[in-house]
Amino acid sequence: MTAYLITGVSICGADQPSDLLLYDGRVADPAEAPSDAVPVDGTGLVALPGLVDLHTHLREPGREDAETVESGSRAAAMGGFTAVHAMANTDPVADTAGVVEQVWHLGQIAGYCDVRPVGAITVGLRGERLAELGAMADSDAHVRVFSDDGICVSDAVMMRRALEYVKAFDGVVAQHAQEPRLTEGAQMNESAMSGVLGMRGWPAVAEEAVIARDCLLAGHVGSRLHVCHVSTEGSVELIRWAKSKGWDVTAEVTPHHLMLTDDLVATYDPIYKVNPPLRTKADVEALRAGLADGTIDCVATDHAPHPTEDKECEWAAAAMGMLGLETALSVVQQTMVDTGLLDWAAVADRMAVRPARIGRVADQGHPLEVGAPANLVLYDPAASRVVEASTLQSLSRNTPYRGMQLPGSVTATFLRGRATVLDGQLQ
Amino acid sequence: MKHHLLSSADLARDDAVLVLDTAAELLSLADRPIKKLPTLRGRTIVNLFFEDSTRTRISFEAAAKRLSADVINFSAKGSSVSKGESLKDTALTLEAMGADAVVIRHGSSGAPHRLANSGWVRSSVVNAGDGTHEHPTQALLDAFTMRKHLGDLDAKRVTIVGDVLHSRVARSNALLLSTLGAEVTLVAPPTLLPVGVETWPVQTSYDLDTSLDKCDAVMMLRVQAERMDAAFFPSAREYSRRYGLDDRRFKRLPEHAIVMHPGPMNRGMEISADVADSARSVIVEQVSNGVAVRMAVLYLLLSGADLSRTDPTASDSTKPEVVS
Repeated sequence: MTAYLITGVSICGADQPSDLLLYDGRVADPAEAPSDAVPVDGTGLVALPGLVDLHTHLREPGREDAETVESGSRAAAMGGFTAVHAMANTDPVADTAGVVEQVWHLGQIAGYCDVRPVGAITVGLRGERLAELGAMADSDAHVRVFSDDGICVSDAVMMRRALEYVKAFDGVVAQHAQEPRLTEGAQMNESAMSGVLGMRGWPAVAEEAVIARDCLLAGHVGSRLHVCHVSTEGSVELIRWAKSKGWDVTAEVTPHHLMLTDDLVATYDPIYKVNPPLRTKADVEALRAGLADGTIDCVATDHAPHPTEDKECEWAAAAMGMLGLETALSVVQQTMVDTGLLDWAAVADRMAVRPARIGRVADQGHPLEVGAPANLVLYDPAASRVVEASTLQSLSRNTPYRGMQLPGSVTATFLRGRATVLDGQLQ
Repeated sequence: MKHHLLSSADLARDDAVLVLDTAAELLSLADRPIKKLPTLRGRTIVNLFFEDSTRTRISFEAAAKRLSADVINFSAKGSSVSKGESLKDTALTLEAMGADAVVIRHGSSGAPHRLANSGWVRSSVVNAGDGTHEHPTQALLDAFTMRKHLGDLDAKRVTIVGDVLHSRVARSNALLLSTLGAEVTLVAPPTLLPVGVETWPVQTSYDLDTSLDKCDAVMMLRVQAERMDAAFFPSAREYSRRYGLDDRRFKRLPEHAIVMHPGPMNRGMEISADVADSARSVIVEQVSNGVAVRMAVLYLLLSGADLSRTDPTASDSTKPEVVS
């Protein structure tokens, strides 16, 4: 196996540059570098543990026109990820051991990152009866994260039972918090903007009411709740309160909710149509503050590929979701690092260490110390690029950042010591 | 004036006044034996209607024909649209056929905006009603009707009553009438006022009775009785009692005030039959003014530069021609 000797790199933003040896799939002592180790000039680069995404839609099986496990994991590698969690809302739904093992195997074959399938909580995401969570946990896919993402588990009893049941195998229930009756036909954030644009609004309370209930349930049964894509100021407050109670509640925020606001909907361009919707500037600021103080544990992309025709139409007919894997780190740099809210060590915590811990991914999210699995990303924060949808690895083109200048670029990604990206090129 | 008319917000005060003044000149045509002008001869106007609306479509059709434009009616029913053709492909088809203007009615808010700004067509786009967003030519014909009866709209008080939340007429009127200097009050039960209405250039009230005494025009919006199924109000009767313009409330209006309704009316729901048919009701006149206003909009959008100095009824254009 090729050894790589990375020289002069700033590990998690440390002032003093150091060398990193990747040898035999692990981080090793640079003094022991073999003579044939491939040198990688790390000058000016930041090394972070390989990023872990808790929320990725890979669309396979069922919508291979939008994304496949292979194309999505290539996109993940280009974004600096070494592990992604593939959401369950595929066709067929990932609600059996068979489907999650299929997705897991496809990830192994692609080999660009660890693909960790998320299991559906209920059969067919219908919210009526529990899927065989234990079978998925015990399968080769070792599922630990369960979610009906895309659909809220709105029934309080079903949610309670799921939270209780996953305790048997240290699972976590990841909730898509959206009260269904309050959001029937909803098109965008309910705000002054939705009133002017004549769009059915999606009130913040529809998210917050479910989060409040779920936190109380998690506290009551003593289980692990993870809140997907938190998008409102009120949600941050509720999660802060739940954590202050000592309950095992974690949360994620998407890159787009850290940057984009609902005034973009005035373009009526469905590239900005997403669930949960883009919110207000006050929400964006609260989300940034929540991520900075750790109330929100991690950044998760909610990478949601859609084919062109599902976005090249009128707003109401368009699909919800946007790409995220290949731009996530740049968006986090612009919104959190360049603003002084997070340093690189904290970025490592929010994008690798904590998501790996929440997903119980054993050999990901480790500090870059001798002996650790050699999962890491080399990132050039001084670079800058204009996002070009056609150059992305994803099969889909629905990036809201197209044409935007974003800071930073991923120079290299290593998965257990093997380069998946080198010199900015997919390997 | 811009290349498109998508929202009343596209109209600066000068633009709006130009449309209304132009419409006034064009209205005189209606009294002539031959109602046709050659102004837009050789131009093609497509009425692209994804929602049924006979009233608005025939109004635009009459307007375009009186300006001698070729008119193509493209309705969703019985066309490729009903077989799942996308808005984009429909737009590309219209572009290929050489449409100079597309008049679009669509159930989805923002569809005209999308058609105009996506690069699919070069033609002018006129919003003939999109979802619960806007209906700017309705607002123009309402303003036109008010001007005829009340004169300059500056500082005139207009009360708009009913389902503001779902009304594209209310949105377009609130914007246009404020641009023209009128003081607009929206009256509705709290459930039927949009979130954020306090940021609109209007007053709001939950009480119709106190909003009638000083108004110069009252506009009743259509309220669908089915809204009660979604708990916007308890029953049609309760709505009618609290927000309907009945004979008792009609008597509270100042002598000179006019009664308007964009149609179609629910007689007995938001307006009583006697009020709808009263001498101060201008509801039928709104319809006839609609043709003149839409002629003005199409003329100003399509007849090129120097609009303010072009008189559509001047010079040889005034000579009535028989156009086949």
